[in-house]
Amino acid sequence: MNLLKSRETVLGVAILALLALIASRFPGFVTPSNLARVLTDTSPLILLALGQMAVILTKCIDLSVAANLALCGMIAALMNGAGVPLPLILVAVIALGAALGAVNGLMVWKLGIPSIVVTLGTMTIYRGTIFLLTNGAWINAHQMSEGFKAFPRTVIAGLPVMTWIALAVVAGVAVLMNRTALGRAFHAVGGNPHAAVYTGISVGRTQFAAFVLAGALAGLTGYLWVARYAVAYVDIAGGFELDVVAACVIGGIAIAGGSGTVAGCVMGALFLGIIKNALPVVGISPFWQMAISGAAILIAIAFNATSQRETGRIILKQAEHLT
Amino acid sequence: MSAIGKALATAAMGLALMTTASQAEEMRIALVVKALGIGFFEAANKGAEEAAKELGDVKIIYTGPTDTTAEGQIEVINSLIAQKVDAIAVSANDTDALVPTLKKAMDRGITVISWDSGVAAEGRQMHLNPSSSALIGNMIIKLAADNLPEGGDVAVLSATTTSTNQNTWIEEMNKVAGNYPSVKVVGTVYGDDLADKSYREAQGLMQTYPDLKAIIAPTSVGIVAAAQAVTDAGKVGQVNVTGLGLPSEMAGHVKSGASKSFAIWNPIDLGYSATMLAYHLAKKDAEAKPGASILIGRMGSVTLDDKNEAAMADPFVYDSSNIDQFSSIF
Repeated sequence: MNLLKSRETVLGVAILALLALIASRFPGFVTPSNLARVLTDTSPLILLALGQMAVILTKCIDLSVAANLALCGMIAALMNGAGVPLPLILVAVIALGAALGAVNGLMVWKLGIPSIVVTLGTMTIYRGTIFLLTNGAWINAHQMSEGFKAFPRTVIAGLPVMTWIALAVVAGVAVLMNRTALGRAFHAVGGNPHAAVYTGISVGRTQFAAFVLAGALAGLTGYLWVARYAVAYVDIAGGFELDVVAACVIGGIAIAGGSGTVAGCVMGALFLGIIKNALPVVGISPFWQMAISGAAILIAIAFNATSQRETGRIILKQAEHLT
Repeated sequence: MSAIGKALATAAMGLALMTTASQAEEMRIALVVKALGIGFFEAANKGAEEAAKELGDVKIIYTGPTDTTAEGQIEVINSLIAQKVDAIAVSANDTDALVPTLKKAMDRGITVISWDSGVAAEGRQMHLNPSSSALIGNMIIKLAADNLPEGGDVAVLSATTTSTNQNTWIEEMNKVAGNYPSVKVVGTVYGDDLADKSYREAQGLMQTYPDLKAIIAPTSVGIVAAAQAVTDAGKVGQVNVTGLGLPSEMAGHVKSGASKSFAIWNPIDLGYSATMLAYHLAKKDAEAKPGASILIGRMGSVTLDDKNEAAMADPFVYDSSNIDQFSSIF
């Protein structure tokens, strides 16, 4: 637990150092209003990373989150075009996202297919579905209602609704992970699947639940994304799944499952979000930007690899000794 | 010539005749685009279908990868070679990466032309530019200058750092920038044709250059994202977004005032002209060589320059006066 704690401290220090470095080149970046803007911009990444975290904890990976986001976003835009009221759209995209996640989860659970294969497949299927729905057409700003576009931007107590939603989800997931049986089951299943089975936890069912959670969050983010950028088309959030996985990895979620915290995950997303927002303003050549993002991820993975060698979590110490 | 030799020659000629006959029945022209699902290319396909209808004996195969990668296009082209299409008209994701595959296609007798975004000269018989790069480069800075009588700072929001199109246009724009002394181009950023990154880059531009008067985005994803970023920053009227975009995608932003005007050629005409060119070259009633003039139906004719490139027409300016008329078309 000590090591994990220090991991978050290290990340916190890294974020502060990063901010200081950026501020030395572009002081305007660290003004409260700009930091709030960065937080807002990073909200979709935080939301998806939290879902992905649950999936990775159970030794799985969900590469279909960005495609799920795009499909749900498109459905939200289409429903808006058909005159469906906003609350109904919100419920619908969350339900649809959860259903899409459930498809992944069922295949992992019931058919025992490795999650990377399942989600690679569904990733393409979900994007393909958008194409079938729209024939490749875009839904543009003027085809969306004002209310639809305004909701995530509405400022309440200094922050847009989108950011509040992200913060609320962070709190919700933190409670889920630390205070509920399901949350502990995510850790248990990834940490030691065999031991988890002995304690009466169904590995498959827990993985299924993780995929449903990731899917529901992707669905919600789909609406927020489309409303924020005021455009929906097949390729939105293309390649975003890799950012999401990167945020988790930087946040110290063990890619082999079983270990990771909500705080680490959120900080991982923020770290990536700050880099993404700072690179345009600090005047670094765009040719270097990708290399810098990549280097940040590699360093984090290297750090994980060294720090996690001893951190295998033993659940049920007695059972472990018996075998 | 021996008897066997004669028989063989006759058989070969018979075969050749048969192939020609089957080709004459229906010529299959593949329109390979950068990625499926982009409005611009969907419109080009409309034009191609129009040309096919006009020509009568042509079938259009509209295809492309699902994302804008050269690898995806190579796969698509390989499968087209296997299907033995008569002609391939490609808008390339990469100038050089497609060359070996397209050479293979030409070796097998397939007519290869590039259009919109070109491939290197050895990978195609000719290239059709929608307009000349010089005209576009001039147009995008002119659009910014026309709305800035008192001048000011402008910045460019491009696609990826390796986009053939955007890089050429920006280069041409910089060449003529001296003709617009009041406008100062302060920088170029890259949104990678992703809505979120383009949005972020546009926000970055407004932060880095507080006196920014215009953003020139010569890419359809970038211009929409920049217009949204300007709207969200409350800078409509202060920062004008211009460049190249599609009327249907820009209609809202022209009405909101975020974009006063932008330009684009007519993609329908482009798909139409590319099909006409591929048809005439595959039919062998025209030859792709410097100085050649090739008829392209209702669009008149194009003349090839010394690099076997041709320009179709001038880009067309869209503003609040004509946006409604065109936004329903493409």
